[in-house]
Amino acid sequence: MPKLIIDGEEIEVEDGLTLLQACEQAGREIPRFCYHERLSIAGNCRMCLVEVKGMPKLAASCALGVNDLRPGPEGQPPEILTGSPAVQKAREGTMEFLLINHPLDCPICDQGGECDLQDQAVAFGTGSSRFEENKRAIEDRNISPLIKTIMTRCISCTRCVRFMTEIAGVEEIGQIGRGESAEITTYLDRGILSELSGNVVDVCPVGALTHRPTAFIARPWEMKKTETIDVMDAQGANIRVDSRGGNVLRILPLENDDINEEWITDKARFVTDGLKSQRLDRPYIRENGKLRPASWDEAFETICSRMSGVDGTRIAAIAGDLAAVEESFALKMLFESLGSTNLDCRPEGNRLDASAGRAGYLFNTTIAGIDEADAILLIGTNTRTEAAVLNARIRRGVYDGQKQVGLVGARVDLTYEYEYLGDGPRILAEMLEGSVPFAGTLRTASRPMLVIGEGALSRPDGQAVLALAARLANDVGMIREEEGWNGFNVLHTAAGRTGALDIGFLPGENGLDTGQILEAVENGNMDVVYLLGADEIPVERLSGSFVIYQGSHGDRGAAVADVILPGATWCEKAATWVNFEGRPQMTSRAVFPPGDAHEDWTIIRALSERLGKTLPFDNVMELRGALYKRVPGMAALGEIRKEPVAELVDKGREAIRVQPMPFDVAIDDFYQTNAIARASAIMAEMSALKHESKRVGTPIEKGAVKADA
Amino acid sequence: MLSDKDRIFTNLYGLRDSGLAGARARGAWDGTKKLLEMGEDRIIDEVKASGLRGRGGAGFPTGLKWSFMPKESDGRPHYLVINADESEPGTCKDREIMRNDPQLLIEGALLAGFAMRANTAYIYIRGEFIRERERLQAAIDEAYEAKLIGKDNVHGYPFDLYVQQGAGAYICGEETALLESLEGRKGMPRLKPPFPANMGLYGAPTTVNNVESIAVVPEILRRGSGWFAGLGKPNNAGTKLFSISGHVNNPCNVEEEMGIPLRELLEKHAGGVRGGWENLLAVIPGGSSVPCVPANQCQELAMDFDRLLEVKSGLGTAAVIVMDKTTDIIRAIARLSYFYKHESCGQCTPCREGTGWMWRVLERMVRGEAEKSEIDMLFDVSKQIEGHTICALGDAAAWPVQGLIRHFRPVIEQRIDEFTANPNPQGAVRAAE
Repeated sequence: MPKLIIDGEEIEVEDGLTLLQACEQAGREIPRFCYHERLSIAGNCRMCLVEVKGMPKLAASCALGVNDLRPGPEGQPPEILTGSPAVQKAREGTMEFLLINHPLDCPICDQGGECDLQDQAVAFGTGSSRFEENKRAIEDRNISPLIKTIMTRCISCTRCVRFMTEIAGVEEIGQIGRGESAEITTYLDRGILSELSGNVVDVCPVGALTHRPTAFIARPWEMKKTETIDVMDAQGANIRVDSRGGNVLRILPLENDDINEEWITDKARFVTDGLKSQRLDRPYIRENGKLRPASWDEAFETICSRMSGVDGTRIAAIAGDLAAVEESFALKMLFESLGSTNLDCRPEGNRLDASAGRAGYLFNTTIAGIDEADAILLIGTNTRTEAAVLNARIRRGVYDGQKQVGLVGARVDLTYEYEYLGDGPRILAEMLEGSVPFAGTLRTASRPMLVIGEGALSRPDGQAVLALAARLANDVGMIREEEGWNGFNVLHTAAGRTGALDIGFLPGENGLDTGQILEAVENGNMDVVYLLGADEIPVERLSGSFVIYQGSHGDRGAAVADVILPGATWCEKAATWVNFEGRPQMTSRAVFPPGDAHEDWTIIRALSERLGKTLPFDNVMELRGALYKRVPGMAALGEIRKEPVAELVDKGREAIRVQPMPFDVAIDDFYQTNAIARASAIMAEMSALKHESKRVGTPIEKGAVKADA
Repeated sequence: MLSDKDRIFTNLYGLRDSGLAGARARGAWDGTKKLLEMGEDRIIDEVKASGLRGRGGAGFPTGLKWSFMPKESDGRPHYLVINADESEPGTCKDREIMRNDPQLLIEGALLAGFAMRANTAYIYIRGEFIRERERLQAAIDEAYEAKLIGKDNVHGYPFDLYVQQGAGAYICGEETALLESLEGRKGMPRLKPPFPANMGLYGAPTTVNNVESIAVVPEILRRGSGWFAGLGKPNNAGTKLFSISGHVNNPCNVEEEMGIPLRELLEKHAGGVRGGWENLLAVIPGGSSVPCVPANQCQELAMDFDRLLEVKSGLGTAAVIVMDKTTDIIRAIARLSYFYKHESCGQCTPCREGTGWMWRVLERMVRGEAEKSEIDMLFDVSKQIEGHTICALGDAAAWPVQGLIRHFRPVIEQRIDEFTANPNPQGAVRAAE
């Protein structure tokens, strides 16, 4: 542990730190532009210069390791000055250089108010400029419908280049030219298509890259900031929702090293316009084949009259991808009291349940645990579209040469190198027999793990595939309970799924699952189907029954509904979601639901009263009280607990019969996975671009992107 | 003056056969095997004792640099990289070596590679040196054919030598930018530490040396370090190639002893300053990067590292650019400033932004279209670039400007006064004609 004297104060710091980090630990603020904790070190902005006694020149503290410093002649610790006149002068100089060609257009810049350059100019710059020449200007690049560029503002810190190359794994941004003609651009002026591209806006320290959809809309200080959770995939990224009035204007990531570090997907970030369109803002009832607006009273009345006298076996409920724990729990209780066991939370038809214990449907390794893994087997999953931030985490390990990845399933571009093993369950069986070399890699790895996705589970033999994976996991030593390592992971794509599985929103005794419910409807054995935001099912098959759709958007489910009950989105309610690690997290309300829409659990509570089966809670605290009594783990917000693995190991011992068909891909279109995303014009545009790029085989050409709205 | 018997580059002017046979006749490849038998460490010690300082400009002791290479390989190969990206304005000494005495370079590469336990060496040659590359490649092919180098050669030390041509960027002469370029990336200097001796080409221990530094090694080893150290002055030993250009009657390359007085150098070899010694305005003694030295300091000026440092200049590459009194010194420095603006890689802020700023101010000063207060500002800007960048290009851009202001401030002020007195010599254009 090297000792340093920083501004006269002696401190001891950990090995391997940079001088900049050491100075921060000593409580000194070191200005910086190019340095970013999660990116490689460029050392090019020259803002973090400090004086190291004995060195002839000032040193860039971001690029100098504390272990590279030499002690003084008598062995005294190296002495560092962070505020000496030389350092101050150098900072003023660098600041002046950065500003001479930077347009001082802060009043019209969207970064204004949260701009590193602005802040540091105030803190470390001089008051005026001596530059009398003409300023340089750089042509703007049309790189994406999501990212607005004003390249004249660019200070060439190359954070965006490093982010795209190192984290997103898409080498599409680079710096061309030399000297003052250097500029950041995309490869051959094409647009960038990455699930993580929006993060370049956050890493950009100036206003060169900003959010295009919210250009010129609001100032950072005008917006209300609500810390909450993302539900666009099942990772549960921590986000901040910025709103003004009743409008969600933008979404930014929050730091959480255990979940999303500080990245979010483009879908999580730019889905905001979907909150405004296609909204169900009042109840509707179908009359003479057409939906008409109605009051809550009428809607409930219609439901009650249809449901009176219907037997519990002839009603069913399906919870959709975005359903929170609270409403799923309320609906489950209502259906239990109505005598129905026809409940399912797996609309896309995967076969997960609690038969292999909770460990049988969780991402047991945890997201942070991926960093430890040295061999990863992906089964029927495209992590890039199903959990892009998690994929970036795997990629980092591969990039560092610390991980090996094998894939069974559809051949996809994961942004990193992997060994393609085959396309179906047969390969897993062969791995058990030892005829696939990658099995040996897993066996000899110190921390092997597998990730099984819905592409492998959403098939009739899903349970058998799961058992096969469990057997393989156990066989190659992925499950090491005594070491606290469980390398068996299920990757969900829907934010609501794990929570619904936790509360048991599953067919009860003699209950029907989604497929059987649809069949029963077609056979005339099902009278009422309650869709709790379930849009991901073949809704046209429900035409034979009375469909109640509760949800936020007029999507597929609403199209076939006989009664529509308008609910709230995740920005409009405080509700619990459990991410695929099994980590319950709660959202906060950023804005109110539009019109007559209500928080979802209150709708179910009100309906229960009209049905004469009043649920035993009058407010959300009572609801959660009942929930925590039945599912105690749900109360530990933000935490995960190690699940016992005995049932999972047993699962692997079952007799297994799998079908030979290849694994499917769970997500065809990253930008269109749920009702909110489908309502978003921006997501539709991205989807079209992606489709176009697939069709013509190249990323978008210059000019293919629509100009600013 | 250097006597003929002490010359290393005996075919500098290409008057004799530059092929292998001719080079051998002049002494190249003579007893190389014996030199190798000295062993790695003795070669390094010998080079250290000779007092050879790097001929690429910085003047870092070559033997010391070699000794930074690990003595044992940790599994990574070692590399020798020879910097033939000679792009410093005024400098053309390596060019002549590669054209006319390439075997000295090849033999030096083998010896240096052997001393540093490198079995592979790369010569990174400047993009514009097309013919030189051809000559050099032909010489290497000859050496391979004669089994002087190669996997299985007469010296018993497997050694491969490759030539890689650059694409014409000045910055690729900076050793780490050169390595980046050699690896196929954009030529941008790396952060140090780690230094190339720990992590250089492809992450392996690497030493980057100038062509001249390598080419003199065989002769040093053959004649002994004492011979080389005995030439020149203490700490500035040996012979050196000087490139003399500008306002002299006979611009030339010449091998001379270190520490030769400037006046002697110019008058003996270059036919003297155009119009006589009294007509001298200033010299840039070490390639475009070093500050100029005005005539009044040139009288007794000795051409070596330490003496030139005393007059706040440097020996650099020993490319002497002579300017007589017809020179518009502001314009000359402005042109150099443009060169550095053009060649800045754009990686770090002070150089990227500052070189353009300095050039633009200087362009105005050429016309006199400036304020006198801007002279101090320009000096301050150059000081903000100097020492604040990743590589030395920032310093190289700043120094000529500093030299100009230090020595020729009255000239700039006079130009400004002239302009201010009559800003529009053509007379004002009448508004309504």
